Amino acid sequence: MSLEKTYAEINAKIKAGKAVVVTAEELIQIVEEKGISRATREVDVVTTGTFAPMCSSGAFLNFGHSQPRMKMQKVWLNGVPAYAGIAAVDAYIGATELPEDDPLNSNYPGEFRYGGGHVIQDLVAGKPVKLRAISYGTDCYPRRQLETTITLSDINEAILFNPRNAYQNYNCAVNLGNKTIYTYMGMLKPNLGNAHYSTSGQLSPLLKDPHFKTIGIGTRIFLGGGIGYVAWHGTQHFPAIQKDSAGNDCGPAGGTLAVIGDLKQMSPEWLVGTSYLGYGATLSVGIGVPIPLLNEEITLYAAATDRDLYAPIVDYSEAYPNRQPGNLGYVSYAELKSGKINVQGKEVPTAPLSSYPRAKKIAAILKDWIASGQFLLTEPVKLLPGPEAGLCGKPLHSKE
Amino acid sequence: MSPRKIVLRFGPDISDKPVIYRLVKDYDLLVNIVKANVNPQKEGTMVLELTGEQYDRGLEYLRSCGVIVQDLTQEIVRNEEKCTSCGACTAICPTGALHIQRPEMVVCFNSDDCVVCQLCVRACPVKAMEVRL
Ligand code: SF4
Ligand code: SF4
Repeated sequence: MSLEKTYAEINAKIKAGKAVVVTAEELIQIVEEKGISRATREVDVVTTGTFAPMCSSGAFLNFGHSQPRMKMQKVWLNGVPAYAGIAAVDAYIGATELPEDDPLNSNYPGEFRYGGGHVIQDLVAGKPVKLRAISYGTDCYPRRQLETTITLSDINEAILFNPRNAYQNYNCAVNLGNKTIYTYMGMLKPNLGNAHYSTSGQLSPLLKDPHFKTIGIGTRIFLGGGIGYVAWHGTQHFPAIQKDSAGNDCGPAGGTLAVIGDLKQMSPEWLVGTSYLGYGATLSVGIGVPIPLLNEEITLYAAATDRDLYAPIVDYSEAYPNRQPGNLGYVSYAELKSGKINVQGKEVPTAPLSSYPRAKKIAAILKDWIASGQFLLTEPVKLLPGPEAGLCGKPLHSKE
Repeated sequence: MSPRKIVLRFGPDISDKPVIYRLVKDYDLLVNIVKANVNPQKEGTMVLELTGEQYDRGLEYLRSCGVIVQDLTQEIVRNEEKCTSCGACTAICPTGALHIQRPEMVVCFNSDDCVVCQLCVRACPVKAMEVRL
């Protein structure tokens, strides 16, 4: 009979300082040397990591009440609008929000030097941030305007809540057109001048649990340098197993996480304001997810290497903007990391947008937290939908 | 007359033309090539020291061939604290001054190979590449 471990057993070992915790990279080596069965028996937890721009990020902030009180109707932080349609002194600052006076792309390609992601990084770095608010005034909340400076420690709550993070897999972006394009996948040179990809491959959390056998609501994770939780499946969570045109299995794609955590515990090293020339501003987020090796099947998935995981190659000059289906084929992360791939018979230099050294560091930090007994695993309240749920994206039709 | 340092950038259409030969032959300029590079896309970049009476006419000639000419008064530095080693600059850097060290996937910057084209300054998502005057 094959081995089955429980969360309680693994947590008991973590508390006793006896748990064997390894990073996903280390697990690959262990499985190569000892095989799946022994690895499952010997290893308790595998840690993963990813550090990359994650647009669907933001923070709920509660500013506290001014004197006289104010029902903040519109709010700006360092000139960047935050959504205040929640409660009197609550607001949500989104990572991709831009100042109202930003030249945007009118001076193409726009620079987008400061946006919501940068506000979040400044807050988490403890820097003072200018708060401006206006309102219409009510009997209970008479104040109509306010300008002050806040810091993260001055305000009541600051909750990072990112509706869509940790993409399971992502496109490898190329440009088949004849002019340089500026995308959220970076600057893409014409005529297949370069190819950009954006996951940490064999270290990437959701690539290591393709069927969502361990990740679910309540999973405790490394988030932005602090401890966070998986709150739900992320928006656009469409997990699937990719097949190439010949019907070969090309690994998982499409899952996402909604994550939540206390911004006050986090660090500017792991929440970094980011700008893409000609595209916009966002936030780079560090996430690490522990995967308990409950049985051999989970070990098998967690030991997938860069050679087993593939990204679809997508043209961002025509196909992507016009939502044309299909792709230019699949390429493994091993090939992507080698520095060049072959697309339509042409050798194309590759570059990541996701930092592998930082992903490695996250997996190592999470490993230390668990091995030293500071971080216990949580059994999910409910697992996230896996590929068998058949979730897929609905296109938006414009109706007259 | 003291030499002046300039940066030349060529598109793939002109990188195979003998422009430097013309500078010497037709404009009687003294050319010292400090750095030169042609990337796999056949774009060329070059840092030159130029001396001679017909300096301005020489530059005019270069521009008429479609070469982008810039004065080299600047240098590029990397803010190590800001750089996340994401790699977004590496396929864009025409000379390989910014490149990935494998298998660690750490992004290295070798300023000796930099020709100050400034493409990385705009492409770096965290603005870690800075121009120093
Ligand atoms: S793009 Fe910027 S942050 Fe990324 S590796 Fe290059 S210099 Fe570093
Ligand atoms: S300026 Fe930047 S992109 Fe240009 S050569 Fe130097 S390092 Fe490379």
